[in-house]
Amino acid sequence: MQKVNFKNISSRVSLFLVTAMLTFSIPTFAQAEAAAVTEAAAPAEGAGDAVAGKALFNANCAACHKLDKKATGPLLRGVADKYDRDWLYLWIKDSQALVKSGDATAIALFEANNKSVMTSFPALTNGDIDNILAYTSEPLPPKPERKGGDGETVEGGVSNNVILGALAFIFLLLITMLFLVTGTLKKIAAHNGVEYPTKEAKKPLYKAILENQFLLLVGAVFLLLTAAYFMYGFFMQVGVDQGYAPVQPIHYSHRIHAGDNEIDCNYCHSSARKSKHSGIPSLNVCMNCHKNIAGVSDDVLAEGINEYGVDYNKEIEKLYDAVGWDVETQAYTGETKPVKWVRIHNLPDFAYFNHSQHVTVAGVACQTCHGPVEEMEIMEQFSPLTMGWCINCHRETNVDLKGNEYYEKIHEELSKKYGVEQLTAAHMGGLECGKCHY
Amino acid sequence: MASNKKYWKSVEELDQNSSIVKTLQENEFVESIPTDEFLGDKETLEGSSTTRRDFLKYVGFTTAAASLAACEGPVIKSIPYVVAPDEIVPGVANYYATAIADGFDFANVLVKTREGRPIKIERNDLSASGGVNARVHASVLSLYDNNRLKAPMVGKETATWEAFDKAASEKMLAMKGKDVVLLTQTFASPSTSKLINEFTTAYPNVRHVSYDTVSSSGTLDAFQEKFGTRAMPDYDFGKAHVIVSVGADFLGDWQGGGYDAGYAQGRIPKNGKMSKHIQFEANMTLSGANADNRIPVIPSDQKKVLDALTGGSTSGLAPNVAKAVNMAKALMLQAGTKAVLVTGLQDQGSQRRVLDANAASVVMDTAKPRMTRSANNAEVTKVMNDVINGSVKGLITVGVDPVYSFPNTDFKAAYEKLEMSLAFAMKNDATASLAQLVAATPHYLESWGDVQMKKGSYSLIQPTIRPIYKTRQFQETLLAWTNNETSYLDYIKDTWSSVLGGTSWNKALEAGVFTSATAIDVAPVVSDAMLESNTSNGALSSAIDDMELVLYTKTAMGDGQQANNPWLQEMPDPITRTSWDNYVTVSAADAKDLGLENHHVANGGLNGSVVNVKMGAVTVANVPVLIQPGQAAGSVGLALGYGKKDAVQKEMQTGVNAYRLDSLSTDTLRVSLEKVAGAEHEFACVQLQNTMMGRDIIRETTLEVFNTTKKNHEGGYDWNPMPMVSKDHQEIPVTDPDADLWTSFDRSVGHHFNLSIDLNACTGCGACVIACHSENNVPVVGKSEIRRSRDMHWLRIDRYYSSEESFDADKDKKEGFNGLFGENGSLGGFGELEDPAANPQVAFQPVMCQHCNHAPCESVCPVAATSHGRQGQNQMAYNRCVGTRYCANNCPYKVRRFNWFLYNENDEFDYHMNNDMGRMVLNPDVNVRSRGVMEKCSMCIQKTQLSILEAKRDGRPVKDAEFQTACSAACDKGAMVFGDINDHDSEVFESKKDKRMYHLLEAVGTKPNVFYKTKVRNSTKA
Repeated sequence: MQKVNFKNISSRVSLFLVTAMLTFSIPTFAQAEAAAVTEAAAPAEGAGDAVAGKALFNANCAACHKLDKKATGPLLRGVADKYDRDWLYLWIKDSQALVKSGDATAIALFEANNKSVMTSFPALTNGDIDNILAYTSEPLPPKPERKGGDGETVEGGVSNNVILGALAFIFLLLITMLFLVTGTLKKIAAHNGVEYPTKEAKKPLYKAILENQFLLLVGAVFLLLTAAYFMYGFFMQVGVDQGYAPVQPIHYSHRIHAGDNEIDCNYCHSSARKSKHSGIPSLNVCMNCHKNIAGVSDDVLAEGINEYGVDYNKEIEKLYDAVGWDVETQAYTGETKPVKWVRIHNLPDFAYFNHSQHVTVAGVACQTCHGPVEEMEIMEQFSPLTMGWCINCHRETNVDLKGNEYYEKIHEELSKKYGVEQLTAAHMGGLECGKCHY
Repeated sequence: MASNKKYWKSVEELDQNSSIVKTLQENEFVESIPTDEFLGDKETLEGSSTTRRDFLKYVGFTTAAASLAACEGPVIKSIPYVVAPDEIVPGVANYYATAIADGFDFANVLVKTREGRPIKIERNDLSASGGVNARVHASVLSLYDNNRLKAPMVGKETATWEAFDKAASEKMLAMKGKDVVLLTQTFASPSTSKLINEFTTAYPNVRHVSYDTVSSSGTLDAFQEKFGTRAMPDYDFGKAHVIVSVGADFLGDWQGGGYDAGYAQGRIPKNGKMSKHIQFEANMTLSGANADNRIPVIPSDQKKVLDALTGGSTSGLAPNVAKAVNMAKALMLQAGTKAVLVTGLQDQGSQRRVLDANAASVVMDTAKPRMTRSANNAEVTKVMNDVINGSVKGLITVGVDPVYSFPNTDFKAAYEKLEMSLAFAMKNDATASLAQLVAATPHYLESWGDVQMKKGSYSLIQPTIRPIYKTRQFQETLLAWTNNETSYLDYIKDTWSSVLGGTSWNKALEAGVFTSATAIDVAPVVSDAMLESNTSNGALSSAIDDMELVLYTKTAMGDGQQANNPWLQEMPDPITRTSWDNYVTVSAADAKDLGLENHHVANGGLNGSVVNVKMGAVTVANVPVLIQPGQAAGSVGLALGYGKKDAVQKEMQTGVNAYRLDSLSTDTLRVSLEKVAGAEHEFACVQLQNTMMGRDIIRETTLEVFNTTKKNHEGGYDWNPMPMVSKDHQEIPVTDPDADLWTSFDRSVGHHFNLSIDLNACTGCGACVIACHSENNVPVVGKSEIRRSRDMHWLRIDRYYSSEESFDADKDKKEGFNGLFGENGSLGGFGELEDPAANPQVAFQPVMCQHCNHAPCESVCPVAATSHGRQGQNQMAYNRCVGTRYCANNCPYKVRRFNWFLYNENDEFDYHMNNDMGRMVLNPDVNVRSRGVMEKCSMCIQKTQLSILEAKRDGRPVKDAEFQTACSAACDKGAMVFGDINDHDSEVFESKKDKRMYHLLEAVGTKPNVFYKTKVRNSTKA
């Protein structure tokens, strides 16, 4: 008895402590967010229209320059303070003329940037340039992540879990307490001599069933069949890796590339058009774009961190590391570390599959087999890739014959033979063993 | 009634006081069982807390865990390029034109590469010259040979190239003024010749000697004598009407080989005409097997035959030989300039006679002679003797292995004592393993180079893969030694600038071959002072009862360079059908005299006696004997290229080294055989039934019958009869729909593949066998498995001997059988028919899966693993096969092969599929089969499917020439033609309409998609 009471006390104490902790932690968060909002809303200063400047900057400069980071060209925040305004007009309108004129500053700048020639913008008026410079002179907006630090964001995630855990713990405690209370009450009742009305002893159900031979038999058959059904289901899924979404060495988001940016699948997986393999793109294909895209926009970055727990910029850094690209010097170092991707779609060796047959000849969309790749943050195996799945498609899919001379004669003769308008892949012999197994 | 008898278990029980009886009443055993001894020391046992129950639990859980883990697929990594080369698309093959010039085989080839690895050799159609034989096809596997030298060596230790260069230049400096010989293979390379000249000019103490292990020294000498250049005449046997060969195996490796394609063209009867081929020879060779008339003649008599053919008399020749000589003479006279005479006799005199006799012949081409051999045996012999007597102080060898291949065994000791020994070698062979300095050279698929195989016919060698090991080309080293800064590639370009004319270098490189009016002399100059007067090593004996020896090269092994190539070791010899060995071939008559025998043992293997072959003081011991029908009595044959021990895997150290038997001599060799009592050799022979016993397997007829026979009333020809079956007491052809139990599938739509095999054009060379091996990942099973008839070749070339004089006589004999006993009794008669004749007719027949439209294998498969495609291919789904082997038992052609074991990644079968290098040669488009699975020819469905896909992608019909199987693509004789018979413009459709067409075992009614064309011999019916 004593023991039971003592347990109750300890659990109550812990419950109180947890509740107290939670109550105090919530306002702390609210304060931090409020501070961030206030600072971001501070008005910008400087001559010219910073809003118009931003538009001009994005249209003309952003391909090579970033505000806070060196890209192809140097970073531009505060550039108006570094150079004379008139010199800047000249430089932006035609930098090479300035270099050729022997201007010392210009030559130094030109040399410092690997002698890469900056595009001339003779169309920009001085007013435009003022606007751009006004934009570049805006002070660095304080970023919530920077201020709060990465640590707190992560902690926030953890505290959510703590809350859930604590809640679960409380419910458990409550349930235990209920049981304990009823137990104690029963004991008290017994002690006080309270009589319960006793139920009449009925024949238990299981005994009744056991005595009924027919029910027993039907039940047994049913149970066996159900077991067999589930066993079959279990064994049939062995080796079928539908939904397999392994963690990749570099977090590559098909959602961003194929979805948001609408890059064609064949841009990266170009060999799908002419080879049996779709091919994992070599890193030089990534660098076609990522030479210039060293980081993602702030909202994408935030989205990545909040929704997927991934810092996209760090993933791009991983790419640079693998391909040996030095962001500082904007040059390849020659030190490469090939990426060991985890293969997602694994057909067994004895099944021959040719991408070009399906992509180029049949014109099957990638999504038919690979699913909504453009929505997948993490690539996964969409289809079961079983033989039944292949065969079904071959039975149901009509062969697209238009404009393909190869099919002309065969189609005419075959459709006559089978008496159909449209031939399926199966009519063409697409179900024969030897077409895929050799 | 109960018995009162008392039974004792042992005598001990008689003794009532025995302690044993007492103990046994209480215990099971008399003595306590030494369990502690068995379980180990007691302390550890007690210290362990694991009880028996715990142990069982562990076992249970681990088993469960293991089986659960098995449900999870393995994690497979894919590693793409960092920067992908433009020309490589994963999954798409690239082809590069290059050439092989290893000193023995010279041929223009295409190399198929996948993901940057060469995986197959194919013929280069742009090249007029042939020579892409089985060895050339197999050479891609030698690239991945694990026993190759992986780095240079200094003083038998692996070194860097810097260290090697330093040691080599010091050595060259130290050798200044001393006689050094640069002993090389024949390069036939304009650039290399130029480079060697520059080198010998810079180092005047070095002289260049070229050495062909299997030489044509006499031919070269005779040609040089007559025409001034050191070369060999070229022949186009397709132009010949009459071919007379005296000991020349021109369908084999005679004078560099590669004459078979032209020969085959002349052998196909066109407008009632084909060439007539008469062969006088000692060994049974491919040429003899294909000849219309073959006369066994020992080498010393061959000289007389040659003499008689070129104007001498036939006196001293056996009557049958004399008769044949007269016939040949008459025919040659009749054919005039369309006749050609060739000889395999090695001496200069005989070769000169032939050159003179052919002077007017259109078959022989002396204006554009062949450059693929250059050695002078007298010069080489002098080098050998000078090394032995110490007058040569240094020896640099390139691509040759004299310690292995020189006849004199004293050479080895002398070589070790040389002041300088440097070997440029691909392997740590017999010479390299003794050399002070070894320069590792790359395989030809990793090298740059150029070749002038024929005067004015150039080829380029380009690398198809980066050097796998730390190797450097011989030419690069020479450039370094002559202080030439240019790379060898630039050096070649420089040489070629004079050759190319208006053509660009890239064009020539793409084609791989280039013909130019400009010729560059590539043969080294031989000075008379450097010749040995007597090329014999003094071992010659002249005892009358001795046998004459003919050294020859086997189709598979050649001169032995690729001895470590399991494909070639396992390739059955076309004539003897024996693999993994060389042996003395002896005629049946001589075997009887010497008490030598061949017999079959219970497990189906062939066993043979063993002899010691003696030539004077030289003995080659323990040589197995194979009794060869057609071998001229009094002669024996022995193949070169075997018996290699250095840098050859243990399994492939097969046979004996025949080079020791005076291989540099150009005279007739004599040996005596001495039976080794009690010894028996186990052969790995894949064909034990040597005759057809008068059956209708290979159809043969003579040109006379072929030309004169009229159609019979069934619309066929009597020499190519359609088998008849009886229905309602009416004879109907077996192909009649009424004779069929099955309803036929309509194959008139789409593609319907057929393979045509012309038995007239097939010389039995075996290139298709190796091409099939490399295309289809066919495993190598090793000698003991071959002996058990478990060979895996999807394509075999059956060879049949006639039991009587000819196959026709066999048939007549069979049909003449009357009753069981007596003179014409079938009981004894069939026994006689099993024995081949002393000089039989020979016929070859490539047999692969016949892809029957009514396939007996398909109907017996319990799991439907083998089924028929509408394109005519009999398909085999390996993953479905459960290995009942019913199909193989029901196949009338015995073409199905069963995987008795796992042949890949299995140490028991330590061939190329058991190491990472060797597996690089596998074709990624074809499955590697596992244990317990039946496999067979697929009619290269991966190739036909690819051709169809390419056409679909381009949106066009498939062109006829696009459809190829590995075997049909490898056949340069046109014996195999593959295509779509629903395409009525195709070559195979034409071929199927030919009156020579027949199906193998047509009477069975299997309706095969492979058909043969009756062999026609240009002879009158015997």
